[in-house]
Amino acid sequence: MKKYFQGILMGAAFAVGLSGFAGSASSGEMVFKSGDRSSGYTYATKETQGIQDDDMGNPAWGYVEDGGDLWNKVDGKAGKSCATCHGVESAMLSDVGTRYPVYNAKLGKMQNIEQKINQEREEKMGAKPYKWESGQMLAMTIYMRNQSHGKPMNVSIDGPAVPFFEAGKKFFNKKRGQLDMSCTNCHVDNAGNRIRANMLTEAQGNGFPTYRLKWQKPGSLHRRFRGCNKTVRAAPYGYGSDEYVNLELYVAWRGRGLSVETPAVRN
Amino acid sequence: MAKARVKAPKSVKKGQVFEVKSLISHKMETGLRNDKKTGKKIARKIINKFSVTYGGKEVFGSDWHPAVSANPYISFFVRASASGPMKFQWTEDGGKVTEKSVNIKVT
Repeated sequence: MKKYFQGILMGAAFAVGLSGFAGSASSGEMVFKSGDRSSGYTYATKETQGIQDDDMGNPAWGYVEDGGDLWNKVDGKAGKSCATCHGVESAMLSDVGTRYPVYNAKLGKMQNIEQKINQEREEKMGAKPYKWESGQMLAMTIYMRNQSHGKPMNVSIDGPAVPFFEAGKKFFNKKRGQLDMSCTNCHVDNAGNRIRANMLTEAQGNGFPTYRLKWQKPGSLHRRFRGCNKTVRAAPYGYGSDEYVNLELYVAWRGRGLSVETPAVRN
Repeated sequence: MAKARVKAPKSVKKGQVFEVKSLISHKMETGLRNDKKTGKKIARKIINKFSVTYGGKEVFGSDWHPAVSANPYISFFVRASASGPMKFQWTEDGGKVTEKSVNIKVT
């Protein structure tokens, strides 16, 4: 019955679109499917989706607020906050969540949001870097990516990023660990199938940092990578390691076109 | 870090039944886990009592036990009687109380 109503609603929306009233898609419109790519949201149970959809019920939403406070908080020797340079409601942030990791010419490699935050903290603010997976780092990354909520993932993989993209792709396809499995084995070949009680998804990163019900708190994409590597009994790489940042680039490209969902909720 | 969030409509009609939602960020340490390194039990630290008062009367009260998940979320319905603050209280093991209050405007 509910499905039937949804069908009617979608039909209505489509008709409105045709008659020209909805010239541009509203910013609240979420894209969970783009081409042959589907967000983990589409594999989640209705209950889990419900938690994500309700800002109040989504337990990671507090991190968005905390992150906003951190953004405006003066810290470090230079007496600056993020907002000092970038503004309180920074327009810059509107696409940051969609385009990271980006190539950093000075470092000669890819850099993701967490690393960029810490670089800015150390160089510009003279503040201590946040620890990976700390409450502050999660709050900051969730806040920043949330500013791009609903925008399509769009990382650049040409120019200097090419070798790193290839490295990430290789990582994704390479068998590893005692179980001798690659990311592809589960997340491409068997997406949508169950692995015991769990539903395998396409390994999209568009909702990270994600609140995982299993973790009972949000976690970064690299935490998820480490978890996955451990399950195939491979030695995980470190948080922010080159291997994982390259993989993050490849995974982000795989999810191109999908809306940023941060903070998403998954099982 | 115990951070509480509450959502209630800003203004309601008298006699109307409205929904109130609340969520507190809390670890809800059950007291049944062991420290991975030392092997010692991690002391229980949960919110054991949640109560809401409205118009000086308790409208929602509950005792919680270790099976309640982390970051507990509660929503319930109340009938609008008179304008005034709705006060939320979460009491933790050890007696620490987190409070939050919203003003309900009844028209």
